[in-house]
Amino acid sequence: MGKKLRGAEIFVQALKDEGVEYIFGYPGGAVLHIYDELFKQSAVKHILVRHEQGATHAADGYARATGKPGVVLVTSGPGATNCVTGIATAYMDSIPMVVFTGQVPTHLIGNDAFQEVDAVGITRPCVKHNFLVEDVKDLAATIKKAFYLATTGRPGPVVVDIPKDVTADSTEYYYPQNVEIRSYKPVTRGHPGQIRKAVQLLLSARRPMIYTGGGVVIDNAAAELAEFGHLLGFPITNTLMGLGAYPATDKQFVGMLGMHGTYEANMAMHHCDVLLAVGARFDDRVTGDLAKFCPEAKIIHVDIDPSSISKNVPVDVPIVGSAREVLREMIKVIKEAKFKPMSRKGDPWWKQIDEWASVDCLRYDRKSKVIKPQYVIEELYALTRGDAYITSDVGQHQMWAAQYYKFDQPRRWINSGGLGTMGFGLPAAMGVQLGFPKATVCCVTGEASLVMCIQELSTCLQYNLPIKIINLNNRYMGMVRQWQEFFYDRRYSHSYMDALPDFVKLAEAFGHVGMRVEKTSGVRDALKKALAMKNKLVLLDFITDQTENVYPMIAAGKGHHEMHLAPGSGTNRELA
Amino acid sequence: MRHILSILLENEAGALSRVAGLFSARAFNIESLTVAPTEDPTVSRMTLVTSGSDEIIEQIVKQLNKLIDVIKLIDLNEGAHIERELMLIKVMARDGGREEVKRMAEIFRGRIIDVTDTTYVIELTGTGEKLDAFIEALDKSLILEVVRTGVSGIARGTRALSLHIPSITRPAPPARTEAATAKPAPAPVNPDHLL
Ligand SMILES: Cc1ncc(C[n+]2csc(CCOP(=O)(O)OP(=O)(O)O)c2C)c(N)n1
Repeated sequence: MGKKLRGAEIFVQALKDEGVEYIFGYPGGAVLHIYDELFKQSAVKHILVRHEQGATHAADGYARATGKPGVVLVTSGPGATNCVTGIATAYMDSIPMVVFTGQVPTHLIGNDAFQEVDAVGITRPCVKHNFLVEDVKDLAATIKKAFYLATTGRPGPVVVDIPKDVTADSTEYYYPQNVEIRSYKPVTRGHPGQIRKAVQLLLSARRPMIYTGGGVVIDNAAAELAEFGHLLGFPITNTLMGLGAYPATDKQFVGMLGMHGTYEANMAMHHCDVLLAVGARFDDRVTGDLAKFCPEAKIIHVDIDPSSISKNVPVDVPIVGSAREVLREMIKVIKEAKFKPMSRKGDPWWKQIDEWASVDCLRYDRKSKVIKPQYVIEELYALTRGDAYITSDVGQHQMWAAQYYKFDQPRRWINSGGLGTMGFGLPAAMGVQLGFPKATVCCVTGEASLVMCIQELSTCLQYNLPIKIINLNNRYMGMVRQWQEFFYDRRYSHSYMDALPDFVKLAEAFGHVGMRVEKTSGVRDALKKALAMKNKLVLLDFITDQTENVYPMIAAGKGHHEMHLAPGSGTNRELA
Repeated sequence: MRHILSILLENEAGALSRVAGLFSARAFNIESLTVAPTEDPTVSRMTLVTSGSDEIIEQIVKQLNKLIDVIKLIDLNEGAHIERELMLIKVMARDGGREEVKRMAEIFRGRIIDVTDTTYVIELTGTGEKLDAFIEALDKSLILEVVRTGVSGIARGTRALSLHIPSITRPAPPARTEAATAKPAPAPVNPDHLL
């Protein structure tokens, strides 16, 4: 018989055995036994956030950048409910995360006890799975199962709700090496017959297109995708979630696709005859109007989640499997076939794509004295040599970051693509910086998004996280304003950010450095100065052009071929 | 089209609400749903009747399979099957009407299981369609209460859904979904195991 441990000790020991480095949390009554155990050790480092939403986004950012699961610990009731946005954010983007919520003691459950909520019930629709631990004997095995579920198959958040008495009760500790869940057997190897069929179809294509999403990033399949792409010589586009999975500076990369994707990527989608989708889910922001989606294409879809296949778009060759394994198998088959890659220069399909690209859809006014947000991102890209981690919030700034920062590596672009959560950027950057203490981590944000989790500036000070906040301050909820301009006759209903704080003083009040930049001529120097402050968090407040819009754009109900380009682009596709 | 899904579910608190929640969250339709224990105390059997186009049914099956608490499921409509539902129906039965109701119950092979001066309770089993037809055949003004269990179903022949029999036979799925089925394809069945 081994020594008996209390639930709280088991909890901490299990995290150690799981190799957890950081736990993002906030204490409260239901988790005080656990906090007492955390106090007695230093292997698992606890990061005290200032709001539980921040804990979930920080854990999420850590997971996205490192590939390891993010771990969160919060108390019952409001602690748990404050996590819901962050859990849903991770769920929509398939991010591995384990969230531990305290719960009232088992004998009080259902009594409307102080700080009681049905955490399992509230989070059910936005988790991969969740557990209520009713007996300390189940605690260690449940923690193991939670990590196993969160990190395998299509990853996602798992919630473990732990009543206070379970953390006080004792039992023998045993942490299983492996767990078997009889109903859960993710398929990673693609069906060989389907893989051959897919390759045949690809090799016979005249206007092929490769469209890849977050699944390639999550599955660490970027190297395979690059080899695969080069073997074929086909054009490649990435979704917002997939940026960096294929090098943006590669000759075959045609930019992001979708609502604010490049003209050439979307036109190529519309005209392709064979479409290969890998680790992407045909989200409505990517497809535009489904009735007009890739009208001429035979579609191959590789995804680890069978329910993603043929969900929105009927697929001709479905392949269930992990992006990495299926790409590896496809590479073998292509090599056997001794395929000669499509010529980047001579092939008519590439000529057509280059013609589309020649409209230069990301052009903007480079001579403007008023700061153009696109310019800030371009300078940031140049000064960081494309080697920074960029987190983002939601809105115009997010799209500009995606369009103008050229991500050559996966896990560098960290944003809430699925749920579109404003407030994600700053706490996510904390997680990234903890994962990579020496790296340059920038949060590209807007003044409306930034204030949603601004309290985390304190966390940044406490743990000395030298994040660079790039605030593209247009004094508007820019993306909302843009839609109101286009679709609501310029009735800017409640989208003006009145009574904004002085961001410089605000940064200083939190113990950081703040800088305001009002002219284009000052952008480069300010960025340089901020990036040189290796040990300081710097909030750069760029006063940007209030009227700037994100182009190109596919309006609601339109197809890829019906994109609008920026005014002044000299085409009949202007939207204004 | 109407489909009957037979599901083996972990007998865990919350498993039922995961299934019910899935249907409401994704706006899938539930016509009826029954859950009961099985011979294995860790497993419940759910029979769920739903309807939708082939694409929707395919999504429903995939989404159900994705739930961690769902161990196995079959779409009974993929092969020959039997469906049964139990109904208890309380009707007014007075004077001359008593004979009429009794005759009708006999025609439908129902049993009268409770009698008062003014009412009968009739027990009837059969397909959902048959129960509908019985209700239809009665004078509406006589019906006091209708209690239906929802449909149970079972495949005909050797096809079976069970944990102890390591496998089930099922017809080859259509080409579109061939590789898209998550849970590993079952090994061939040995009919000797099915008795
Ligand atoms: C939590 C949350 N609330 C509301 C929205 C809707 N929304 C999307 S973009 C946006 C405006 C964002 O403004 P800002 O952060 O200033 O960025 P900008 O578009 O100006 O770059 C809003 C309100 C959202 N995505 N998330």
